[in-house]
Amino acid sequence: MRVGMKLVLVAAVVAAAGVMIGFYVSNLTTLAGSPAYSVPVQNAGSAHPIVDLEFQTVAAVGPKLSRNPDWVSYLVHTSSGAWKRETVWNLPANATVHVTWLNFDGASGLRNPFLARYQGIEGDRVMVNGKPVNHIDPNDASHTFAVPALGIIVAAPGVADDAKNQCGYAPCPLSNAHTTLKFTFHTPAKGGHFRWQCFVPCAAGWINGFGGPMQTIGYMDGFLNVKA
Amino acid sequence: MATDPHAASGPSGESTNDGMRVVVAWLVLSAIATPLVAIYVGPLIPPGNASVQGQGQVFDNQVMTALITPILCLLAVFFAYGLVRFHAKRSEGMLDGPPLRNDSRVQLLWIVITTAMVLFLAGFGTYELLKDGSGGGQGPNPIAFPANHQHAFQVQVIGQQWQFTYRYPSLGGLESNQLVLPANTTVELHVTSLDVVHSFWAVELGVKADANPGVDNVAYVQTRKPTTFHVRCAELCGLWHGYMFNNGRVVDQTQFSSWAAQAKKLYASIEPYMNKPESQGGAPYSHSYLPAPQRRAG
Amino acid sequence: MSEAAAAPSPPLWRQLIGFNLLTGIVLGVGGWYVGWFGAHAVVGPSLDYFDDIDYNELSVFLAYLGGVVGFLVGLGFLNYPIARLRGYPPSLREKETAGWTRYFSLCTDHKVVGIQYLWGVGLFFFIAGLNAMLIRTELLTPHSQVFPAGTYLTIVGMHGTMMMGIMTSAILGPFANYLVPLMIGSRRMAFPRIESFTFWLLMAAGTILTTTIFFGGFPTGWTGYAPLSNEANPGMDCYILFFALVGISMCLLGINMITTILTMRAPGLTWTRLPIFVWAVLSTAVLNVLAAPVLIAALSMEALDRTAQTSFYVAAAGGSNYLYENLFWIFGHPEVYILAIPGFGIVLELLPVFARKPLWGYRLAVAGMLGVSLLSWFVWQHHLFVSGINGDLRPFYMLSTELISIPTGFTFLCGMMTLWRGKIRFTVPMLFCLAWFFNFLIGGLSGVFLSDTPSDVSTHGSFFSMAHFHYTIMGGLVFTFFAAIYYWLPKMTGWELNERLGKIHFWTMFLFFNSTFAPLFAVGFLGQPRRVVTYPNGLQFLNDWVSISAYCLGFSMLIFLFNLIWSLAFVRKPAAANPWGSRSIEFQLPSPVPVHDFDRIPVFSSDPYGYGEGPAPNWVAPAGAPAGRE
Repeated sequence: MRVGMKLVLVAAVVAAAGVMIGFYVSNLTTLAGSPAYSVPVQNAGSAHPIVDLEFQTVAAVGPKLSRNPDWVSYLVHTSSGAWKRETVWNLPANATVHVTWLNFDGASGLRNPFLARYQGIEGDRVMVNGKPVNHIDPNDASHTFAVPALGIIVAAPGVADDAKNQCGYAPCPLSNAHTTLKFTFHTPAKGGHFRWQCFVPCAAGWINGFGGPMQTIGYMDGFLNVKA
Repeated sequence: MATDPHAASGPSGESTNDGMRVVVAWLVLSAIATPLVAIYVGPLIPPGNASVQGQGQVFDNQVMTALITPILCLLAVFFAYGLVRFHAKRSEGMLDGPPLRNDSRVQLLWIVITTAMVLFLAGFGTYELLKDGSGGGQGPNPIAFPANHQHAFQVQVIGQQWQFTYRYPSLGGLESNQLVLPANTTVELHVTSLDVVHSFWAVELGVKADANPGVDNVAYVQTRKPTTFHVRCAELCGLWHGYMFNNGRVVDQTQFSSWAAQAKKLYASIEPYMNKPESQGGAPYSHSYLPAPQRRAG
Repeated sequence: MSEAAAAPSPPLWRQLIGFNLLTGIVLGVGGWYVGWFGAHAVVGPSLDYFDDIDYNELSVFLAYLGGVVGFLVGLGFLNYPIARLRGYPPSLREKETAGWTRYFSLCTDHKVVGIQYLWGVGLFFFIAGLNAMLIRTELLTPHSQVFPAGTYLTIVGMHGTMMMGIMTSAILGPFANYLVPLMIGSRRMAFPRIESFTFWLLMAAGTILTTTIFFGGFPTGWTGYAPLSNEANPGMDCYILFFALVGISMCLLGINMITTILTMRAPGLTWTRLPIFVWAVLSTAVLNVLAAPVLIAALSMEALDRTAQTSFYVAAAGGSNYLYENLFWIFGHPEVYILAIPGFGIVLELLPVFARKPLWGYRLAVAGMLGVSLLSWFVWQHHLFVSGINGDLRPFYMLSTELISIPTGFTFLCGMMTLWRGKIRFTVPMLFCLAWFFNFLIGGLSGVFLSDTPSDVSTHGSFFSMAHFHYTIMGGLVFTFFAAIYYWLPKMTGWELNERLGKIHFWTMFLFFNSTFAPLFAVGFLGQPRRVVTYPNGLQFLNDWVSISAYCLGFSMLIFLFNLIWSLAFVRKPAAANPWGSRSIEFQLPSPVPVHDFDRIPVFSSDPYGYGEGPAPNWVAPAGAPAGRE
């Protein structure tokens, strides 16, 4: 084989390898992840920003939002009114975050009952369906929103099994059976990246209830990117 | 090549000189390096003196570092000398060296010395281990106990995906996110897991015990002065394994009591649910975790 | 016997038709679909937990098994058994003179299998190395920035799993297959088709592992601990299949090696005249054969747990995670000696050549290898010191683990005394062998810390243990792997490798290898566990240092690749038959070694280490000697 041919062949192999590596790496950076959603700030520029964060938890995320239509998931309410399956949220530092949480899923029960006690939020209390409580029955827990690095643990009670008009695939409208939680927490002044997760074993079909969506960012796990 | 490439070379008297030089250089280097390493490097090796077990581990590391220093010196001297001294000169081409195949005295000496070192290390390690458990998890039936273990302060460490929580049976079963330990106390840690295998590692205290589902893994630690320490999960347990960490504290008795009172207030509303056994509608997945204080020693 | 007379080679399209890699791939893909849809049709409708999780685990397994079967059928592995069943006479040869296509088919020439292995192992080594670069990229900052946390775990797992699975055959595959028949005076291995089978099975396994990202990856790292593995996505099945197939490949490779060495030695080759490399291969092969089935058993139970919802490893239903841990490490500890012992063999084989002295303490060296091999069965619980095993066991395993350093030390002694008063030439293979002493010493001494249970309490599961095994495995195996390449590739291909590039490769690799892994001892002591995507802020400087060094280490591998392509494809300087002046028999044959290996089967009179003992070689091929069996 002539030298020229060999050079072309080597160059082709190197190029092909480069393309495959590039494809592999770029795939990995997005696989089982989530794009970041910047939660809009009410009083931008202030030293003490105020943020409204609204999200819902659903029993089945549906084929339009995911390759795994039967997985449970969090969905965040964006400013355009759409519900997006994005669990990485950008928040300002030193902010007061008012959270509204609509839960459309049934109860699975907490494995560790201690996590049913509300902690790390203002007053250690949550308005559950309009009533202020400092805990729920652990057996009724459906999902939690917990940020362990900030000490935040909030468990949501589930929709009753015999409730009428339960939600099918997400996004779920308010007309479907749901429980409503309202609480407030504060982001630290220094900023940082804080992971959040659900603690309820709600991934049906997996051993321990912790497989699948419970171990995948974009479903039951995410980040709070607090930017100072 | 002019010379016979297979002839051996060099008079045998040179070999004794070379050997002596290496041995002497090694002895001198070891005599200098070993005490220096033992005194200055050894104590720097973590985990530190925050607990009696941590101190024990530092001492172990000190002894082992001092023991391996002569080994390192030997190989350093041997190679530094040998690779230079026995470097084939260009003019020698492919000339062969002397056909030395064996020397049973050297073999015997090596075997005896290495065996002695190994047996010493094994014996020393066993002694240190059985003295007080060295902060390691010993399973449900521990055999190595520190002083005062019959009156040890019990803490149950519960690993779950992906956070450690801590129960204090002697404080009424109080559970908390934070690990707070009283100073100057023998603590008996019962480490278990609610789902997969985790590992409770209190870095500065020198404690590590795997958290296995359905198993009570007992580890002992004797705290000393008030201090802070990190807790990290040391066994891959899934997505947030790297984020499964806490900061823990060792505090004096008054601070501990005030912390316990605060934690009890937080815990009070959830207490009625904690002690329900699973058969009576307790949490449906807690097959291996019984909130009652009976869960000890297997 | 001479080569077949040069006949005009058939057109390309004709060469491509037949039982070869192409057919294998086509049938493999077909088999994959048969398995996938077959399982869906048969099993899918009846198991609701498959509906819940949106995956049909059984179809993943059956798809890949179908793919592997199709692949192997397409390569032609069923042809001979079927032919024999139909009454055709036995034959030992397949495609031994078929030109370049024989490298892409089932070929019974042990030299072809050796070269196939070299490229195959090399390919997966680079893929796994790429994953290592990605790991270090993520660890540049203490926060999860580059890869999502779950994907990072898959990358970590892919790196470890691929390295551990592929590199077990890194020396036995390429070099034992090529050289053991030559060194023992045989023309072939005992089971040539099985030899080729182990190679192609390994390639299929490696391919399966690379596809794990399409199924969500796996979160357990290379150790695959249950019950986390029970919770994982179907990517876990790719891991299970990879290791199971690797296990079969290892086991068969070992059986082949043992049988060959035991039964096919040429006349005069008694046990005390056997080259030390062959002894290393024998010691390793025994471990291969006995350890791999344990892994296959552990993984089969895991597969059942995942598909049939058995509970071997699920504590809540009566199983135990300890079952998996113990079974895995009963395999796992001999596994690391499978990685280390061939390195011992290569170092001791090469040192006499480059010091021009006989191997010192031959019997002690053999005793060392066999001792390591035997003792490796008695140490596995040192991976489980703090996992809650019965406290009575720990002093025993501390003792056994410390004891294993005695036979390991024999290799050091024999190597050092071989160098003593020698005429040392610093060629590229020799440099890699000398680096072995340095690396394995550090690796071994750090093992002393890990074997001491009190010290292990702090270092278990941390970067200290990671630095230890990278020093022993990468510093021990990978360095000797390159030593073997530089030493034997001229013999295998007939082309020289560029010496200056080789030296540049060596020095950059040695420097950056140490720069990468030495700080990790400190990182581990300072509290960074393994497989974490985030670490205390204070450790960022050390992690950054390590990451930059790792990139440079990766770059040194590219230097090697460049040398390889440059020398083999462009420069093509013919290599002498014996460029190193070795007395070993393979260097008395032409480069590259002809298809039939020996004109006449040699008769051995001594070991190949007679440097300084006179010019007569250690073997003869007397005129009356048998031409040897085919």
